[in-house]
Amino acid sequence: MPELLSAAGVGLRFGALTVLDGVDFAVGEGEAVGIVGPNGAGKTSLLNVLAGAYRPTVGAVRYGGGEVSRLDAAERCRLGLGRSHQVPRPFLGMSVIENLMTAATHGGGFSGAEAQVRSLDALALSGMTPLANRRAETLGLLDRKRLELARALATAPQVLLLDEIGGGLTDGEAAELVSIIREIRARGVAIVWIEHIVHMLLQVIDRLVCMDAGRVIANGEPRAVLADAGVIDAYMGVA
Amino acid sequence: MNPSPLSIHRWTPLSVASVAAVVGAQLLLVAVPLVFGANVVERLTTLCIYGILALMWNSLAGYGGLISVGQQAFFGLGAYAAIRLADAGFPVYPALALGALLVAVAALPMAQAMLRLKGGEFAIGMWVVAEFVHLLVNLDPLIQGETGTSLIALNSFDAEARRSYTYWAALASMAALAWGMFFLLRGRLGTAAQAIRDNEEAAASVGVRVFAAKRTLFLLSAFGCALAGALWVATTISFQPKTYFSVQWSAYMIFMVLVGGIGTFEGPILGAVLFFAVETAFGATGVWYMIGLGATALLFAMLLPQGLWGAIEKRFGLRLLPVGYFLK
Repeated sequence: MPELLSAAGVGLRFGALTVLDGVDFAVGEGEAVGIVGPNGAGKTSLLNVLAGAYRPTVGAVRYGGGEVSRLDAAERCRLGLGRSHQVPRPFLGMSVIENLMTAATHGGGFSGAEAQVRSLDALALSGMTPLANRRAETLGLLDRKRLELARALATAPQVLLLDEIGGGLTDGEAAELVSIIREIRARGVAIVWIEHIVHMLLQVIDRLVCMDAGRVIANGEPRAVLADAGVIDAYMGVA
Repeated sequence: MNPSPLSIHRWTPLSVASVAAVVGAQLLLVAVPLVFGANVVERLTTLCIYGILALMWNSLAGYGGLISVGQQAFFGLGAYAAIRLADAGFPVYPALALGALLVAVAALPMAQAMLRLKGGEFAIGMWVVAEFVHLLVNLDPLIQGETGTSLIALNSFDAEARRSYTYWAALASMAALAWGMFFLLRGRLGTAAQAIRDNEEAAASVGVRVFAAKRTLFLLSAFGCALAGALWVATTISFQPKTYFSVQWSAYMIFMVLVGGIGTFEGPILGAVLFFAVETAFGATGVWYMIGLGATALLFAMLLPQGLWGAIEKRFGLRLLPVGYFLK
């Protein structure tokens, strides 16, 4: 599988605090990778470094064969890196469809009719068509999460970076999100997914990475990683 | 890819009708000097200038999320540029617009520096900028410090002609800026600005070029405020730096936008009309008028933070001047 997005030797420090320490990470075209690890392991920081919200202190981020370390989040999105946020960040003053049109015109670079087609497609895929004209501030948690997904999708990403999109949902709601994410994946979009709800992850991913204290401590076939003694010790909390 | 029979629209019959009504009202306003006396023309000139100020402060704060208490920097510079150009022999009415354009050019390096500041730093930083340019303008021998000067070139027109020309210039400026903003907001800048208003980081994460959009809004606002200042000096003729570079102008703008509805297109226009009405009714009462304005702004900030139009829009789902999209 050709490598699409990678971090090589990435370190991130805020003053004296080392958040990421020599992280190597890669996702191939169309591949789905899960990331697990205890709170504070550096998962979201890694995602932010990949998406361009943070600049790494050392190391490089490569995407589609070129180095993107110096590009900001907006430029990376325009190149095909879509993301969702752990706490959904909809554009509250806009309706659902306006949220999507914004993503399609800016991140997707589409104009006119094409932007509308992309927005309607993201709307339908996320099951939000009946909510299209609702102001985002009136949406509940599940719908805000669906909007995060739909909005990222409207930017026409090649890689989708998901940050704990399953948290705080009922089993039924989680299953609904999983089926949307599987559909996105079926279109050939690569996925990097941070999640604590492991059974959701296992329905989608090819490979699992476990992080602890700013480092990658395991990387491989999901069941093998979950059975790894180091992972059990660091993450599952049972020795 | 899109099997749904639904499609995305921007116009409703109501919004078509209201845009037509606004155009009609603007055309009627053109005839005002032919029908009404000096007092009405002068008051409406003031209203147009307030309208410009409200629109411009809202474009910055309501859409760019940039709260400035230093827009009087551009207001004063606009007046100053008009005086300088007229003094150099430039025809006086074109000088009003050209001066504003020069101020916008000068605002470009200012934008590069100031837009690195966030929130309160930006707000206060702009005030510092305003005080700084005030002092610089005072150093000009033509201005003679706080003594000030006059837009003498205007004396070549007789009073009635000057009143009409200034009114038409103010009306045309307000209409041009409002329609210009309307079309900008319906384009890419509109979705970018509304996204930044709602959440800057999320905006960047969907590909919105945040800095570039803010810079455009900053320059637009500088141009508009400068034009308002130039028009103001055309109505009063005299230019005293401390009047023009007074923070009171920013206070007026904040009042109009907060009361009308920040971040909505229609709100600031409503706010300007309200402010104008209050000033016309109570302006002569001096200090109590100022206290009343302050108390009203405070009450709106606490009880109706979306402003009048924001509340109406939310309650009734109204969009008279559509800058958004809906599905049907």
